[in-house]
Amino acid sequence: MSQSCVTINQEWDIVAARHMGREKSKELNIGTVDQARIATAISELARNIYLYTESGTICFEAIEDPHHYKKGLKIIAKDEGPGIKDISKVMEDGFSTSGGLGAGLPGVKRLMDSFDIISEEGKGTEVIAVKWSR
Amino acid sequence: MPETLRRIVIENSDEISKKWLEEITERRKKDYTSTISEDLFQSTNREFVNVIFSSINRQQDTEVLNDFSERLIHLGWPLSYITDGLQIFRRVTIDYILSQSEQVDTEHFSRILRVVDDWVEPIINQLVNEYSGSWEHTVSLQRMALQELSAPLIPVMDNITIMPLIGTIDTERAKLIMENLLDGVIKNNAEVVLIDITGVPVVDTMVAHHIIQAAEAVRLIGATCILVGIRPEIAQTIVNLGIDLSKFPTKSSLRKGFIKALEMTNRDIIKPEEEKAEEVTNILDSLK
Repeated sequence: MSQSCVTINQEWDIVAARHMGREKSKELNIGTVDQARIATAISELARNIYLYTESGTICFEAIEDPHHYKKGLKIIAKDEGPGIKDISKVMEDGFSTSGGLGAGLPGVKRLMDSFDIISEEGKGTEVIAVKWSR
Repeated sequence: MPETLRRIVIENSDEISKKWLEEITERRKKDYTSTISEDLFQSTNREFVNVIFSSINRQQDTEVLNDFSERLIHLGWPLSYITDGLQIFRRVTIDYILSQSEQVDTEHFSRILRVVDDWVEPIINQLVNEYSGSWEHTVSLQRMALQELSAPLIPVMDNITIMPLIGTIDTERAKLIMENLLDGVIKNNAEVVLIDITGVPVVDTMVAHHIIQAAEAVRLIGATCILVGIRPEIAQTIVNLGIDLSKFPTKSSLRKGFIKALEMTNRDIIKPEEEKAEEVTNILDSLK
């Protein structure tokens, strides 16, 4: 399956990533509320890349669930930044190292249908999140 | 050596131009300039090749080049037309010179390359600079225009002020919003400020965080902030994110927010007709 990616280097790249995410979800006939959820999730993931790392990418992939004949959008946010020391900590509401609200990653988990995070200190972080169309 | 080459090229400029025109017309078929009329395309090509030759012939005053690039920029021709055109010119010229010279060893060849590059490069540099300069100018003007639009504050009536926000909020804009909001509250002596986010496409934690901070700062200077224009899908994402916006009033539309603001400043909307009708009945009653 083909992937489309946006590189995140500066703050305005977040808007580009969001825009592409919206286009992709429209193509998959995802409803407007879920489109807003996806756009917000992308915004959070892209902002994490912008805030905490030099650069990273947000990739989109249209996927299909063969058992339920569903289509979905897979978002892969990948960076080679400092990594996350304690993943269970960042998945707690209200934890933030940057003085923010600390709702970013746990928020993304609630906005999306599935959520996976792999991170290694000093190597980088990869978040994979999926939203199914209904 | 450069002088002999220059002479060869200038003397045979007709032939080289012809080849160049053929190639650039060929290039046109598959590409960008298809929206430009044939006549304009041909006349621009002729002008372009003249500009190149006059530059090689050192009649070059930069004026001619500047005029030419300015016109192209004004007409909205792509930069690739210029780079392609000069690339083709370099190829055609080198081919021509090689076909004219008897000795073809690597040294000779590399010397020819260098000489032709020395002609073409300043033209490329100057035209590309003109183009990028014009873009930078446009971008900086747009940035200024954007900044003027980014955080407007409208004092609609005594004590009530509205800040309508449209478009993406980034860190820089968030700062401006905060500053303008606080300045405006003091300057207009506002008791209630309405922040309208109808036009904000995505409210993520960062945007929410800035709004919360702005509202808190407004509260500190003695006014109240009402967040209005929360669309249903935004309401749902805010709940999903787990953001607490309960510290200040929120409304779905500017209209509802405005009524709330009137209420908070002890005012109400009264339709004048009702008053008049009442007056008329009073008069009629007194006549009885």
